[in-house]
Formats: sequence, structure tokens, C-alpha cells
Amino acid sequence: MGGNSPCASCKLLRRRCAKDCIFAPYFPSDDPHKFAIVHKVFGASNVSKMLQELPLHQRADTVSSLVYEANARVRDPVYGCVGAISYLQNQVSQLQMQLAVAQAEILCIQMQQEPAPITTTSPVLLDADDKSSYYLHQNNLPQFLAFSSSNNNVIYDSFKKESLFGQDMIS
Amino acid sequence: MSSTRCAACKHLRRRCPSDCIFSPYFPSDNPQRFAYVHKIYGASNVAKILQDLPVNRQSEAADSLYYEAHCRIKDPIHGSVGIITLLYQQIYNAQTQLSKIQAEIAVLSANAQTESKYQQQVEHMPNFDANLLPQQKGVYDPSTWLYQNGL
Repeated sequence: MGGNSPCASCKLLRRRCAKDCIFAPYFPSDDPHKFAIVHKVFGASNVSKMLQELPLHQRADTVSSLVYEANARVRDPVYGCVGAISYLQNQVSQLQMQLAVAQAEILCIQMQQEPAPITTTSPVLLDADDKSSYYLHQNNLPQFLAFSSSNNNVIYDSFKKESLFGQDMIS
Repeated sequence: MSSTRCAACKHLRRRCPSDCIFSPYFPSDNPQRFAYVHKIYGASNVAKILQDLPVNRQSEAADSLYYEAHCRIKDPIHGSVGIITLLYQQIYNAQTQLSKIQAEIAVLSANAQTESKYQQQVEHMPNFDANLLPQQKGVYDPSTWLYQNGL
């Protein structure tokens, strides 16, 4: 009740920690850095507004992602999380190329072993029903492939495209 | 005072000074861009982030802030972290598929090599016809050979 120690947010904001403090469940007093970094990047009132707009059971995940983004922004003030996104998209592209090469190689081997015409249902190991393989196509995600090369046009062009968030990316 | 206020100053309903930190990156023809970053970060936090950077990095920072704000508005729970999670999943799936295909290639290649070696062995096997007597006409009769060799 009144004797409880204030949460990390209320300590930092130097205010009374109410019983129904919106921050208290997610910013315990033993981890002051967590709220400090979120407050630095987003601001306490913005975080409060975001949490208030969400049901209780989704707030913990929201706080986790906000903390992640805030940390990324402090580590990299220019790109924040987008730096990681760009890097990972590059990795996906490289893997797609490697997969294409491997698929071509398997087709070659199969053609060498069986001179009969190969049908389109040849036993390539990719599972056609695998929903996740759908996401290997790059069109679903905004492209930041050249972000780290300081090419402003790539970012601006990708924002101009309607397909920025054209489809559900997370099922 | 600029005759045309930038999107930020319009949104904030204030005068747009000539050295406005926002105006190069939040033009008046794209009000959504500033509206999004303002909703998630707040104008003063955006200004602080931009001011702490050299001028030649501010544009990229503004773009990335807009991108993250956009992600957060579209997915209030995960924001851009949702995309990172999805990308990690894509990478894992692609690596798994690649490993499967590479294993399949290794098996097929090994089979091909084995068959090739077998073919070579068959080609180089001794010609049993050499032991045939003319009257045997291509039929190998071991008893004839053994008899002839005193065995």
C-alpha cells in the first residue's frame, strides 16, 4: 500500500507511486536503467499513452519491445533498430541466393543421373506448403538493403512504395 | 520567418524559424511523417536526437525514426522488433532448408561417384572371352579352362 517502494519510473520522475501506477508492473525499482532508457528515447508520457491504449495482457511484450528499441537507438542514434533490420535483410538475401544455387545444383545432378525430362514436381527439398518459405520473398518487407551505405534515396524510395506494409507479415 | 512552415511547425502550430531543426526532414507536403514521429517519440525527443548528430547524419536519423514510428503505429505491441523477429525466423528457415538441400546434394553426389566407380570397375574387369576356346563360341565354360590348365 502506501509503504511500498516506488517503481523505477516514479523514482526517476520523482513522484508518488500510486497503487494503480501504469509503469509499476513493468519497471520494478531494482532496474532503474530500464525505465531511464525508455524515458530518454520515447518519453514517459508517450510510453504511458501507448500502454493505456493496450489491454493488460499485451503490455509486458510492448514494454519489452520498447526497451529493445530504446537500447538500439541509444547504441546507434542514426539508425536504431533499422540498422539491425538492414543487416538481417542482407543475410536473408544472401541465403536466398545460396538456396537458389543449391537448388540449381541439385537439378543438375538429377539431370545427369536421369536424362529423362525433369518435371516441375522434381524432388527439391523445399516444402511448398511451408508458410514460412513464403516470407523468403523480399516483397513483403520494406527494403533497407543499402541503409548502412548512407544512401538516402533507398530509404526514401522504399517509404514511397505502397507495399511498405502491404501484407500481413506476421501471421 | 519562412513563408511556408514545415510539417513539424504546422503540426505544433508555431512559427517555423529559418534554422528549424525539423524543416529539412519534415517537409510540409508530408504531414504524416512528422505526425507519426511526434506520436511515438514526441517533438522534443526527436529534436534532441537530431541535434546530437552531425548534420550529414540527421537525414538518415529522421528516416529511421519515421520508419520505427511507422512500425510502432502499425504494430503497437512489437513495433520494428516484430520485423526483426520475423527476419530471424526467415534466416533460421532458410538455413534449415539450405542444410537439407546441401545434405541431399552430398548424398546424390556420393551415389553418383559410387555408380561411376562401379561402371569403371565393370569396364576394366578381365575379359573371360580370352579363356574361351574357339569352339566355345562365347560361352564361358570353367570346366574347359580348368581341364586345359591341368586343374
